[in-house]
Amino acid sequence: MSTATQTAAKPAKQRAVPPDSDRSRAENSLGRKLVAPALVLMLLVTAFPMLRALYLSLFDYSLTAPDDREFVGLSNYLTALSDSLFWRTTANTVMIMVVTVAIELVIGFAFAMVMHRVIFARGVIRTSILIPYGIITVVSGFAWQFAFSNTNGFVNGWLPFLGDDFNWFAEYSSSMIAIMASEIWKTTPFMSLLLLAGLAQVSEDMLEAAKVDGATWWQRLWKVVLPNMRAAIMVAVLFRALDAYRIFDNIFVMTAGANGTESISFLTYRQTVEQFQLGIGSALSVLLFLSVLVIAFLIVKLFKVDLASARQEG
Amino acid sequence: MNNLKNRVGIVLGCLLILVWCLLPVVWIISLSFKSQAAITNGSPGFIPADGAGAGWQNYQDVLADDQFRRAIFNSIGISLIATVLSVILATLAAYAIARLEFKGKKFVLTTALAIAMFPVVSLVSPLFDMWRTFGIYDTWIGLILPYMSFTLPLAIWTLSAFFREIPWEMEQAAQVDGATSWQAFRKVIVPLAAPGVFTAAILTFFFAWNDFVFGISLTSTENARPIPAALSFFVGADPFNRPASLLAAGAVVATIPIIIIVLFFQRKIVAGLTSGAVKG
Repeated sequence: MSTATQTAAKPAKQRAVPPDSDRSRAENSLGRKLVAPALVLMLLVTAFPMLRALYLSLFDYSLTAPDDREFVGLSNYLTALSDSLFWRTTANTVMIMVVTVAIELVIGFAFAMVMHRVIFARGVIRTSILIPYGIITVVSGFAWQFAFSNTNGFVNGWLPFLGDDFNWFAEYSSSMIAIMASEIWKTTPFMSLLLLAGLAQVSEDMLEAAKVDGATWWQRLWKVVLPNMRAAIMVAVLFRALDAYRIFDNIFVMTAGANGTESISFLTYRQTVEQFQLGIGSALSVLLFLSVLVIAFLIVKLFKVDLASARQEG
Repeated sequence: MNNLKNRVGIVLGCLLILVWCLLPVVWIISLSFKSQAAITNGSPGFIPADGAGAGWQNYQDVLADDQFRRAIFNSIGISLIATVLSVILATLAAYAIARLEFKGKKFVLTTALAIAMFPVVSLVSPLFDMWRTFGIYDTWIGLILPYMSFTLPLAIWTLSAFFREIPWEMEQAAQVDGATSWQAFRKVIVPLAAPGVFTAAILTFFFAWNDFVFGISLTSTENARPIPAALSFFVGADPFNRPASLLAAGAVVATIPIIIIVLFFQRKIVAGLTSGAVKG
């Protein structure tokens, strides 16, 4: 995924058409007709259900007793917000997000540096880096769960400081390590590709100039390379952070939420699909949606990501 | 001296990348050759131990399983239909965004950006309810619709980035040289636009093939259940006692299409993923 790349750059001769001419009116109407199907479909499956969730969240509504639907105002939200389970899953999710994105950023950057400099076997590297990206998350979850398994895996055998019968999935912290390993493995390549695109923007001349002026490798990295690829880093962080906050597949496959490893997405899913509590499930959906908005807002404000300009530069 | 050190560093880095990317893949392939009896008794280690190998038995078993075959069929059908429809709609929209001035362009772009960041799980509960009301719960169309709307943003961005690079004047130039407008479109514009459309299609297909959240929550039977969901339900309740090697074989089968696509189209995929990341 990447930021939008639309630009206002237009051929000059079209710009010259005076506003409100027949031609610009025709162009306006054609443009709207062309985007309409895509726009309607996007809104039909997102905005409309979200409004419906907002409405349902005000009811005590369970699919097991649909006729007992009852308006309860904000009480579902109060129930959720006053429940320690909600806060624990949120804390879990935030922790996964911060830890995985931080590690991915470092490893992804290292990979991008290598790929940027490599001159041989580019195709092989590119192919292998795309395999984790393309692989089904569920498959990645299985691969790592079985790798950490104490009966059929290999991790215990490879780690000298662990007994062969250490059970990774018996307690909270080791389960979280396994989950994050799968998440980091699968998504680091995507991060490194975005960072690679950013690296390509750093001017070689500037690097040469810094070198001539006697800057060390470390100084060049911090004073030239990183500041010049700020936009790429921020876009990668924004997208990966929001993606990590939605973590669901790995947890579902690897622990099914055991030992307190539930994420907020998993809790929402469980309330709706397994327990048929549509009222409280909808309230959790709305809260999840709001928290993603808050995170997006915080990242954009905190790091001053300028999505509009990133887009215009396309 | 310094140069040599750099080169060694890069070679080591490349090896590290290869190990990182391929180790879990090799592992799951290796696991798929452990026999089911060995798994039940416990058979640790990266490579199947002596006497713990199963040959192709796990693959035969998994391919003989009706539910698994049905899931593959569902996944292929749903992903392909969603991809084709999504790319058609995205092509229309991206053409308008790249080539035309119209009111509401900004709204379309903002909507697409917002949807790309949308927490999909928050749609599970309302869609679950709505799809039941509409009677499309547990059907192909019930999955195709959400797949389309979640791949449209990516497809629209990728395509409009590609379309902006096309020298559209060439169409007129061809017409001046005597080509009909259809010829100009077919011989000049289509070959230029095709790589972009193709890239968008691959990325869309990946998303649909990968999806798990909609796959488990909007289906209940093998009628529409796609591969990721089928794999996760392969054994049912106890998540700690799965027939690991059988599942691994299923996982490998489900990964084959991805590997084939990556092998043939790696260059296009990278271009698509990073087009417009920054300054594309």
